[in-house]
Amino acid sequence: MSDSIADRVKKIVVEHLGVEEDKVTENASFIDDLGADSLDTVELVMAFEEEFGIEIPDDAAETIQTFGDAVKFITEAS
Amino acid sequence: MRAPFSWGATACITQVEVTNEGIQMRRVVVTGLGMVSPLADGVEATWRRLLAGESGAGTIQRFDASHLATGYACEVPVGDGSNDTFDAARYLEPKEQRKVDDFILYGMAAAQQAIENSGWMPEDEEDRVRTGVMIGSGIGGLQSIAETAVLLKERGPRRVSPFFIPGALINLVSGQVSIRYGFKGPNHAVVTACSTGAHAIGDAARLIQWGDADVMVAGGAESPISEIGIAGFNACKALSTGRGDAPTKASRPWDKDRDGFVMGEGAGVVVLEEYEHAVARGAKIYAEVIGYGLSGDAHHITAPPPNHEGAERAMRAAVARAGIDASEIDYVNAHGTSTMADTIELGAVERLVGAAAGGLTMSSTKSSIGHLLGAAGAVEAIFCILAIRDQVAPPTLNLDDPAAETEIDLAANAKVERDIDVILSNSFGFGGTNAALIMRRVTG
Repeated sequence: MSDSIADRVKKIVVEHLGVEEDKVTENASFIDDLGADSLDTVELVMAFEEEFGIEIPDDAAETIQTFGDAVKFITEAS
Repeated sequence: MRAPFSWGATACITQVEVTNEGIQMRRVVVTGLGMVSPLADGVEATWRRLLAGESGAGTIQRFDASHLATGYACEVPVGDGSNDTFDAARYLEPKEQRKVDDFILYGMAAAQQAIENSGWMPEDEEDRVRTGVMIGSGIGGLQSIAETAVLLKERGPRRVSPFFIPGALINLVSGQVSIRYGFKGPNHAVVTACSTGAHAIGDAARLIQWGDADVMVAGGAESPISEIGIAGFNACKALSTGRGDAPTKASRPWDKDRDGFVMGEGAGVVVLEEYEHAVARGAKIYAEVIGYGLSGDAHHITAPPPNHEGAERAMRAAVARAGIDASEIDYVNAHGTSTMADTIELGAVERLVGAAAGGLTMSSTKSSIGHLLGAAGAVEAIFCILAIRDQVAPPTLNLDDPAAETEIDLAANAKVERDIDVILSNSFGFGGTNAALIMRRVTG
């Protein structure tokens, strides 16, 4: 069901950053490619935690730079 | 509350001497107007409805207020933008809207209107450095603070949004406006309760007079209509409580049956500009800010002193700074909140103008839009500017049975068409903080 996780992550990214869905690709960086600032990324991580019922520690959150990073981390944590 | 009050004798007040002697003042004019009000989104739509005697009051729609002592207020009409409703998307992208409290949204909207109205959107770095922002608020992000406090208690600190603090801070209206337009001049925010809007305009005008800026975007914004806001003002016995069956009749300044103010919300923003700067670029000039006076009551946290000598001192300081005689004032937009203090203010204005009372028109537009707290002084200053433009004083609604006799025309229930060259706008706030603005028509 990994594509289901990817879809749910993509939906959150689209909603929070106000970007087109097709821009949210595997290697898309939240800050460099999707227009997020550091506060946006904090909020994104909170939204992932909420959606998937997981806790993402601050040091792990710092490693989540791209859409692919997020899907990978959440898939492993779920 | 309804006991008769006598102000027949001249109060003995100690007045700070205000002199323009030796001061080379730069002139400051108003070149742009913006407003979000309980009557409409926009200056002209609000003004049209205000003159028509419409009320912005109604049963609170935003949340269930049936358990509160007051279940009515003057809410901004939110909609898709049709029929002058407020469509937030016109001013801020949806994804940005949820990062700010409503007072910031209203303030940014009013600022956008004012800046577009003024035509001042400089691209040049030097022009941007000479343009500042001073938009205040009485309370700021009260609703955000309340919601986040509940979230913190129920779900813990990790659920607190990174946008909570920057979305609730009062000076973030000024910050957001400066970021959007690249205005790099003075960036400031006034917090003086219900005097905020007037203080912001007065203080911003002084920054221009002193040369700290050539253009200032100034005003106030407020969004206090929330469960905690109503409960809080109910607790200090400030709000009308007895008109749940007829909210449009609740705000009734100077009327014998007044029982407190009606909460409002929204924002008023003006573009202030140094006179020569405005002339040089061919800007439309609405009025000149000629007088500004400030004072403190040193009396009580929520009530004015019996003779409101603090208000009188603020007004007299503004008159002295303007270099006019008080008898030259044509129209006063009163603080007039629909509380016991209305007649006290009336007395102070009567002492100010003396024998000229018979030639003065004074109204309280809070009878129509309620009390916008930190936005009130700015919104009311805009009404004064439009009164100068259109030569008409807006009405005081619901003034059916005056609590005091006066020679001043209180514009009871109908607008008054008359000559208006000089206006005075009063604002008084909790803590005993008073502001008076005087503006004049600019001719030639």
